[in-house]
Amino acid sequence: MLTQHADEHHPEPGSRESMFPKPFEVLAARQETPDTSTLELKPLDSSEFRFAPGQFTMIAAGGSGEVPISISGDPGDPRILIHTVRGVGLATDALCAARPGEVLSVRGPFGAPWPMRDLEGADVVVAAGGIGLAPVRPALLSLLAGSDRYRRLVLLYGGRAPAQLLFQSELEAWAERGLEVLVTVDSAGPEWLGHVGVVTRLVNRAAIDPDRTVSLLCGPEVMMRFMAAALIDKGVARSRIYASMERNMQCGTGQCGHCQLGPTLVCRDGPVYRWDRLEPWLAIREL
Amino acid sequence: MRTIEDLIACASVFAGLTPEQLELIAGCGRNDHADAGAFLFREGEPAERFYLIRSGSVALEVHAPGRGQLRIETLHEGDVLGWSWLFSPYRWGLDARVLEPSGLVVFDGTCLRGKCDSDHELGYQLMRRFAGLLMERLQATRFQLLDVYGNAHAAR
Repeated sequence: MLTQHADEHHPEPGSRESMFPKPFEVLAARQETPDTSTLELKPLDSSEFRFAPGQFTMIAAGGSGEVPISISGDPGDPRILIHTVRGVGLATDALCAARPGEVLSVRGPFGAPWPMRDLEGADVVVAAGGIGLAPVRPALLSLLAGSDRYRRLVLLYGGRAPAQLLFQSELEAWAERGLEVLVTVDSAGPEWLGHVGVVTRLVNRAAIDPDRTVSLLCGPEVMMRFMAAALIDKGVARSRIYASMERNMQCGTGQCGHCQLGPTLVCRDGPVYRWDRLEPWLAIREL
Repeated sequence: MRTIEDLIACASVFAGLTPEQLELIAGCGRNDHADAGAFLFREGEPAERFYLIRSGSVALEVHAPGRGQLRIETLHEGDVLGWSWLFSPYRWGLDARVLEPSGLVVFDGTCLRGKCDSDHELGYQLMRRFAGLLMERLQATRFQLLDVYGNAHAAR
């Protein structure tokens, strides 16, 4: 039986730690794609920042507003907090524009992580779409660090176009370390020699053994629905599929109720959900 | 040496066909090879064949004035390429460009249509399989049209 919410690191709801932002200095900022940047942050008090793959923080630049952003760094290195942010509005544009030396405010980490312990011995199929590769990067780094504990590691990654694929040099490095990397884009020019087509088409290429597969999904909700359906069609049990959800998270601690999804709060009970529990709520359009 | 029948018997598109039906289909097929860069067909040309890709990859492209060659989809080992041979007016709607040296089984569409006309059970079985392919690719195309990785906020 696969369980959820192992390896959790998060402040107690309502505690000072959960409610008061800590100042973090930007050590480095790297533009990944035209609208997406990766920030390396360090707490001003030089404390360690421990988190589990799949968790997020509430982060803000100046007075532009606080937003939930998944952590994209290495859980094995608590000295640096890494976020990969896509600029889609005032708050995220301000984060993307942050430069080394600037101080950002951070609360967290929050949320239920990927069930890393339950992946041991399995064929782990990570399926990410677009910016969704960032929230699964900590899981991928963790999987690769202990790769002998898994039977097979596969990444199915779909993007809009070649120039918008994240972590391109890392994808090659991960492949050299034993991750089976299959990448596709929705459209491309003739210079692109890789796959073109939707990410679900990669499921057939991956030669999945449904009884041994556990899958982690992260990307736009529509993409995750299509991907879960493709995996279920292949025979993967719903209870062996996990998805990272996104809703209007504000407090991060389950106090405000803005991110309600069915009987749960995404900031507290998610963002990672097991598909058999999540699927009935996704069918309710008002949610 | 593997026969055409052996080659197509393990293709998922032909799974479940009887040995007799496979033999009929194989009778319209031949083994072929294409080099990278070659066009298997171009938009507007008569569609008289289809392909089973044994190895390598092929891109479906369309030329758009001012935008050059746009790649719509890539097909790989085990995929079927081409269904315009099955439906009037039998003309290709896209270009098919070989991306890397590819092994192919090429089927004569006119030959196979003739066999389907005289053997309706074969025709039904083949049509079921191509309808499944069409549905799968139509759904994938609809998914592509959603542009799910675009900036939803910018689109509003």
